[in-house]
Amino acid sequence: MNAPAYNFAYLDEQTKRMIRRAILKAIAIPGYQVPFASREMPMPYGWGTGGVQVTAAILGPDDVLKVIDQGSDDTTNAISIRKFFGKTAGVATTTSTTDATVIQTRHRIPEAPLHAGQVLVYQVPIPEPLRFLEPRETETRRMHALGEYGLMHVKLYEDIARFGHIATSYAYPVKVNARYVMDPSPTPKFDNPKMDNCPALQLFGAGREKRIYAIPPHTDVVSLDFEDHPFTRYRFDAPCALCGAGDSYLDEIVTDDKGGRMFVCSDTDYCEQRQQAGHRGSESAAPHKERAHV
Amino acid sequence: MSEPGTLVQDDQPLLVADHLGKNYGRLTACRDVSFALYPGEVLAIVGESGSGKSTLLQLLSAQLAPTGGCVSYRMRDGVLRDLASLGEAERRFLFRTDWGYVHQDPAQGLRMAVSAGANVGERLMAVGWNHYGRIRDTASSWLERVEIDTARVDDAPRTYSGGMRQRLQIARNLVTEPRLVFMDEPTGGLDVSVQARLLDLMRNLVSELGLAAIVVTHDLAVARLLSHRVMVMKGGRVIETGLTDQVLDDPREPYTQLLVSSILPV
Repeated sequence: MNAPAYNFAYLDEQTKRMIRRAILKAIAIPGYQVPFASREMPMPYGWGTGGVQVTAAILGPDDVLKVIDQGSDDTTNAISIRKFFGKTAGVATTTSTTDATVIQTRHRIPEAPLHAGQVLVYQVPIPEPLRFLEPRETETRRMHALGEYGLMHVKLYEDIARFGHIATSYAYPVKVNARYVMDPSPTPKFDNPKMDNCPALQLFGAGREKRIYAIPPHTDVVSLDFEDHPFTRYRFDAPCALCGAGDSYLDEIVTDDKGGRMFVCSDTDYCEQRQQAGHRGSESAAPHKERAHV
Repeated sequence: MSEPGTLVQDDQPLLVADHLGKNYGRLTACRDVSFALYPGEVLAIVGESGSGKSTLLQLLSAQLAPTGGCVSYRMRDGVLRDLASLGEAERRFLFRTDWGYVHQDPAQGLRMAVSAGANVGERLMAVGWNHYGRIRDTASSWLERVEIDTARVDDAPRTYSGGMRQRLQIARNLVTEPRLVFMDEPTGGLDVSVQARLLDLMRNLVSELGLAAIVVTHDLAVARLLSHRVMVMKGGRVIETGLTDQVLDDPREPYTQLLVSSILPV
């Protein structure tokens, strides 16, 4: 064997072609889960093996890569994936949402609006939205094929029956292009409206489950709901303690063992940009309050 | 075609089986079964274990493909269609709306982990109901009809007793007002007093809604109480068929005579 020891962006070219074919098919059928021959990556399942393979397949030498983990550019997962591509592809990396051409994300959509030409790559643990209601893969595939999505509403019904409102707060099911019901990966439902009619291309990679799906730019994405229990966004009812933002998705940070806490933007880039622009928060927040935001 | 839910006096059959047969390799589970079922009619299929009753029920409900013959069903638009010619989507739609299937084991026919309301509402949501309040109200009214306390509408069926589960399963099937219900040993595994109550309920519902039903049972008492007509099966063949009281009171075939005489007197 005389296979070259190095190839751009880690994966060999045949593998990338295979993944690109799956991506093209996924774009052609918005929301449909395309099976692909997922490779072993030098990281454990659950750390973004699907997203990494999609990123590796679409990355070119001129791309600028941003990687976020729960909105943050500086967590272990984000840093190690960013370094991985810096090393294996030599591409430029950034933490700025607007400067990036490829953004790999774990469970958030950046606050700054995405623009045409950008690609958002999601890491997906379980791509099948019907999985916890219907364990048989043969059956869920058939349900997708025939558009039988009554079961998805059973889950939402169950939420209301148990909690009085739709308590699903992440991985909130959406209908893409009025056809396929899709799991948007475990992003908070706060981010769901950002997927609708988004000018950027959105790709979803599930490494362990070996599925790729996509939302092409400017596609209708509708969150499922009931007429009398419409979809609502959700965020903590507080401004960011660092930048004072009142519109961003917040993380709750416990600061002591006496009930002290603060709320800060989950999107670190957005928060830093705002701070540089002179916005300031209180660095402390009122006691825990919650409110649904429509 | 008349409205579903009313007693239909129609001279056109709802379901027609024509020389139906099923082989599993060399084993013949069912052979040469022909009959017609009319709207509002209850047909019981009786026979001992292994006589082909359940296979026949699966053939009739299009869950198994026959090796010979065909089953035709009169759709809501009045056209008699061969079930084998329906697409899978149509067949599954039929199964969810115009048909009901009551399993012997309620765990097979129910979602044990989701609430009773969602169990009943699932068929409604599958045909596009999108209003929580209305789905829940409809589910509650059906629980009332099958004599389940409506306060338990949010409880999961795994917290229900066997008889309640079976009644819930019936409610779940009837909520879309089907015209034909298949029942596979609906009273199996229930104690006699619960059985009696369930049979009483089923008899009322069937006559109220003008349902046609095909009931598979080995219990001749169930056949006597529920059905208008009886088919006796043995070794995959129908050996005797006729009005229920006629067959049970005046059996012609030696096997039927044996079956009738083996009922234990109380």
